[in-house]
Amino acid sequence: MAEQVITGYKRWLEGIGEQGVFFKNFSRNIFRGGFEWSEFVRQCYEIGYRSMMLVGITSFIMGMVLILQLRPAMLEMGAESILPKTLAVSFVREIGPVIIAIICAGKVASGIGAELGSMKVTEQIDAMEVSGANPLQYLVVTRILATSLMIPLLTVIGDAIGLFGGYLALNFTDDISFSLYFHKCIASLEFIDLFPALIKTVFFGFAIGFVGCYKGYNSNKGTESVGLAANSAVVTASLWIFVIDAVAVQITSLLFYR
Amino acid sequence: METATKHTKENKQALKNEVVVDIDHISKSFGNNEVLKDISLKLKRGENVVILGKSGQGKSVTIQCIVGLLIPDKGIVKVFGDDVGEMDADELKELRTKVGFLFQGGALYDSMTVRDNLEFPLTRVLKLTDQAEIDKRIEDVLDGVGLLDAIDKMPSDLSGGMRKRAGLARTMIVRPEIMLYDEPTTGLDPITSREISELILEMQKKHKTSSIIITHDMECAKITADRVVIMNEGTYIAEGSFDELKNSEDTLVRSFFNETT
Repeated sequence: MAEQVITGYKRWLEGIGEQGVFFKNFSRNIFRGGFEWSEFVRQCYEIGYRSMMLVGITSFIMGMVLILQLRPAMLEMGAESILPKTLAVSFVREIGPVIIAIICAGKVASGIGAELGSMKVTEQIDAMEVSGANPLQYLVVTRILATSLMIPLLTVIGDAIGLFGGYLALNFTDDISFSLYFHKCIASLEFIDLFPALIKTVFFGFAIGFVGCYKGYNSNKGTESVGLAANSAVVTASLWIFVIDAVAVQITSLLFYR
Repeated sequence: METATKHTKENKQALKNEVVVDIDHISKSFGNNEVLKDISLKLKRGENVVILGKSGQGKSVTIQCIVGLLIPDKGIVKVFGDDVGEMDADELKELRTKVGFLFQGGALYDSMTVRDNLEFPLTRVLKLTDQAEIDKRIEDVLDGVGLLDAIDKMPSDLSGGMRKRAGLARTMIVRPEIMLYDEPTTGLDPITSREISELILEMQKKHKTSSIIITHDMECAKITADRVVIMNEGTYIAEGSFDELKNSEDTLVRSFFNETT
């Protein structure tokens, strides 16, 4: 039993070390011998544009559901008029970034993990390496940077759609004009609501790309490894999102709410 | 005049005898499994060496050590006189532009068309920028392997034999001096296997490459080999021409031939 714990602990430490080396190799290859612009743009399209529908629908439903859930409690307190503000602050600060990042972890991290895993199994990564090309630069750098850029953009779009969903839900029962609703939403948001939320999504995006690439790139050479890489990428990326969120909230609190 | 001709002949002979790959007593283990046991092999310029053996005997591991994909636990691998184990990343990259590696399944990049697969090493490794030159090289090499019609097809639309041809074209397009073939005919029907084997020989003559061919296909060995090395349980058990080994008096070698034919 004790031996198993020690072995597990050793493997965990080895994993951390390997991720450190992977990060170092990623950093060293960002601009080494030119940047793969065309692949980066293709990845932005694949990761950003192709995730927009999913993010949009989820955000829209989340905005609606939140308003419908909040309204009875707010009515009881006679605070119905602050519903737009409550939704805007909670959605932009926390719910939007985290939910969108989790959805993207499921879609993007698993996709990257499975794609690189299958490339590993079919020796495409080895072929790239022995040809003298740089697979880290072509496959890893482009994907990590694309997720780091696209997740914040998806979050901004998702936030807007979520607030619109809230507006429609509010109009099921109440009558509020579009301009008044959005005026209330925007007026309630301050720099400290927007900026830290946006910054943390860059880290969410990085975690999604990094974990997906690490799991796929280092998968074993068997067909079941592809599934394992995809599954492990989703689980690990989701966990990282919550850890980063917890740290980001602590830092924001220390900096802005003392 | 006579002296000059003599010197030219001597130089040609020296070049022919030049050892381009020198594997010197290498061993490699994965965990407790010792895959290579004290193996040595020399590949001369322009020579085709076939390593014959059953699956899982360490044949692929040997050629992966040559391009630095794996580093042996013991021994030295020298390519063009330089120790692969001592090379830094840039030196290894430089070496890999001279050594082509054809993987078992062709290892085509499945998100790219055949054209893009072939363009990849030209723009990334040779850093060619002239699109007209790139297109010409792609068309020439695809014509050479009989795949010009499939230039804009995706790898998923190609048959097994076509994928191997495309893989061979992608490897040959950078004009390597050494070619390493990892089971080039595995999974193919006898006719396509023969075509691929003949193509290997044709490419070797056309581009004057030195090759190591890993296979357990006797037909492929017979067509392509100048010299055959037989590998069993991580070590070489015999070496010679195809006919010498086929008629060997050694029971193990002969039984091996009978087993694999």
